[in-house]
Amino acid sequence: MTPTMIDSPSTQRIDEAKEALDAHVRDMAQWHFSPETGCPYWLEWAGNADWDPASEITCYADLLRFPNFDGELLRTLPHEQWVPKAYGDRPFHIFETGGTTGMPKQRIQWDDYKIDYELFSETLDPEAFPRGGYWLMVGPTGPRRLRLSIEHLANHMGCSCYFVDLDPRWVKKVIANKKMDQAKDYMKHVIDQALLILQNRTVNALFTTPRLLETLSEHVSIPETGIKGVFCGGTEMSPQYTRFLIEEVLENKTKLVPTYGNTLMGLACSRPLTADDNYSITYHAPQPRAAMRVVDPDNPDALIEYDQWGRVELTTLTKEFFMPRFLERDEAIRRHPCEQFPWDGVGDVRPFRAMQETIVEGVY
Amino acid sequence: MPHFPVLRWGEPYKSLDVETVVHFATGETLGEVSQANGGIIARDMRKAHRAREVLREIPIPELLKRLSSAADKFLNDELPAGDGTQTPQQYVTCQSATTGLPEHMCRANMEKLHFVLTNLEQILNALTRNLNPKILSDGYALEDDIMRSRQALTPALGMVLPSNSPGTHGLWLPVIALQIGLVLKPGPQEPWTPYRMAEAFFQSGIPREAIALYPGGIEAGRAVVEHVPRKMIFGSIQTVEQYRGDESVQVHGPGYSKILIGEDMVDQWEDYLDILVDSVVINGGRSCINCSGIWAPRHTKEIAEAMGERMGKIAPLPPDDPDAPLAAFTIKQQAEGINTLIENGIKEDGIEDVAARYRDGERHIVEERCAYLRPTLLHCPSPEMTMANTEYMFPFASVVECPQNEMLDRIGGTLVGTILSNDESFRRKAVDAMHIDRLNLGPIPTFKIDWLQPHEGNIIEFLFRERALQIA
Repeated sequence: MTPTMIDSPSTQRIDEAKEALDAHVRDMAQWHFSPETGCPYWLEWAGNADWDPASEITCYADLLRFPNFDGELLRTLPHEQWVPKAYGDRPFHIFETGGTTGMPKQRIQWDDYKIDYELFSETLDPEAFPRGGYWLMVGPTGPRRLRLSIEHLANHMGCSCYFVDLDPRWVKKVIANKKMDQAKDYMKHVIDQALLILQNRTVNALFTTPRLLETLSEHVSIPETGIKGVFCGGTEMSPQYTRFLIEEVLENKTKLVPTYGNTLMGLACSRPLTADDNYSITYHAPQPRAAMRVVDPDNPDALIEYDQWGRVELTTLTKEFFMPRFLERDEAIRRHPCEQFPWDGVGDVRPFRAMQETIVEGVY
Repeated sequence: MPHFPVLRWGEPYKSLDVETVVHFATGETLGEVSQANGGIIARDMRKAHRAREVLREIPIPELLKRLSSAADKFLNDELPAGDGTQTPQQYVTCQSATTGLPEHMCRANMEKLHFVLTNLEQILNALTRNLNPKILSDGYALEDDIMRSRQALTPALGMVLPSNSPGTHGLWLPVIALQIGLVLKPGPQEPWTPYRMAEAFFQSGIPREAIALYPGGIEAGRAVVEHVPRKMIFGSIQTVEQYRGDESVQVHGPGYSKILIGEDMVDQWEDYLDILVDSVVINGGRSCINCSGIWAPRHTKEIAEAMGERMGKIAPLPPDDPDAPLAAFTIKQQAEGINTLIENGIKEDGIEDVAARYRDGERHIVEERCAYLRPTLLHCPSPEMTMANTEYMFPFASVVECPQNEMLDRIGGTLVGTILSNDESFRRKAVDAMHIDRLNLGPIPTFKIDWLQPHEGNIIEFLFRERALQIA
């Protein structure tokens, strides 16, 4: 019998994926720690270390020799520190993360976002996301890489995309200040623009946040607008909430593809959602370009057991950016590999509650 | 262990998110409750008009009969409870076990709800001033050749219910008879009454489409407030302030109920000692209609001494003891916080916890999974003192010395005000006082509620508006 995408993979599939990741880690270590190709920050780091990452990193597990990446560096160091020599003077994009707690983290990029989203496109169901036609993105654009990425993804799939912007920094600020009326007005402003597009143009696919999707559906039937597929990401989606989106907001007709990603990682894929899984979302990192582990919050070197909660640790491994073992501000359940993604997944992602920063997951 | 689903206009919906309700003393899980997310409520409210439609298909007199039958079922029958069943005794045991109220108080509340439901016709006649029910059903009717019209302001009433005060359920019982649907968000520790009452209604022929139950977290409460056109909520003084001026919300906050003794009767204060003490301690002192202030122009030390002696001796007993006088705090920290506030408050010069002298032990009793606060009676020699106008959720009151001519200006918002005075001028001022909601003239305990009179606003006026209607 042919295995389905969510069946457990064979040991051979798991081993092959592991070997592919190990090989990629070796390539990236050599790239980032060689004076001909590496960036000033990592070359200087290696110069101060008493070991040679270029030759001594032989597999993913060896990355434990690095400490957890300090995200503050992306706020404070000059961008030039992160430019791999191989990229020379080529101008770069500057993409930002949330920025709701002061200076945002900034990552420079050249082609990564295109590569990441092209790879992501291979996971999409062609019936829900057919080639050709028009997409609509309703969500954070501005300095995030999402806007360019979604447009590139649409174009890569032969589509063009409309955009309605949402500024999450403003939303979080008004919610934190308990100005709920302002938050509602802003939400309405965003939704009104999206409805205008939907009422006047044909749209086949939608990229938005869960709350915006929910609110949109209070005004129109999403399937009846002609939207066949929806990408949804940005905030926590509990199993109950996911079920609600699938059964009621999308009326069991339009396909939901949850996404988990950020400027630092790329885009993680969700394994297919089923009622049998109680609508629990499991994401798998876009290996080998990025890898995720679920670690013990009190001892981030150690993996947590399967089906247990832990903190999400992200490692990014592209030629443009090397970021070992960054502790995300999320926690998740460590999930087993599946046939489609024969490496560990992260389930039911939600904000890491123990963090000292107050995280506002607002209306958006 | 029963599972209580969300009821979406009567249709059970088992959510993936569930919460358990546990016994406050043993930690035993007594039930599992589905949790509604806000979006579900928002979507269901699009169909709220259906609740009123199905109820209008049944004439009000017939609804009253069915509700009277429901009252008996609620009091006496084994009824469906989630995916199991529940006898009246099991209901009492569960309610006591999760709210901390002694069983005999739960039983008394049950009887109170039965009383309200079986006397609904009288209650509605009183609240509508004998309005022809057709006017509520059809929106208008001719009475003595005069056109009278009432327009429903909502197809359903939303209720965000508290966990700690089962007596509040009496407020929503008349609503179905008015052909208005119910949207109930039960308190996390008190799902028992909304579910049992809804089942009693269904078993008596009230259409399932008329009632929605949305257990859930803060998000569910917010959704009820946001999406139901008329709603009642219960909360602190801050909640009351938050919704002040919003006529779509009726907020039930702290009562600050009081007994004011006039110059003419204060020398006979001993004649009223039972009323004073009972008003403070009855029902575990948990209700907004319990008295939290006794104001008198003199003899306040003696009054405090006599009340303190009686109240200080009151101690907790097991919840199933028929004489148990106190409710447990199921959240221990809450009792601890209140105790600290009182301890800080009585540091002010001149204030004394008189009951402490008669108490064998501390006010704050900590048990493994719960806590108790023993009755506390303060003497405040001046109305200026912070503790002169304070209310806590246990038998707590202050005896405040204040000249009669200053009392009404100083008492602040008062849900129930009992005036012990025959001084016509004082009584007249009390009648005119806008900050007293329920006024008792004469020796009436604050907790004695006449159901034929409105409570914190007339529910008919909250749900219907009077308007002009002409037909050519």
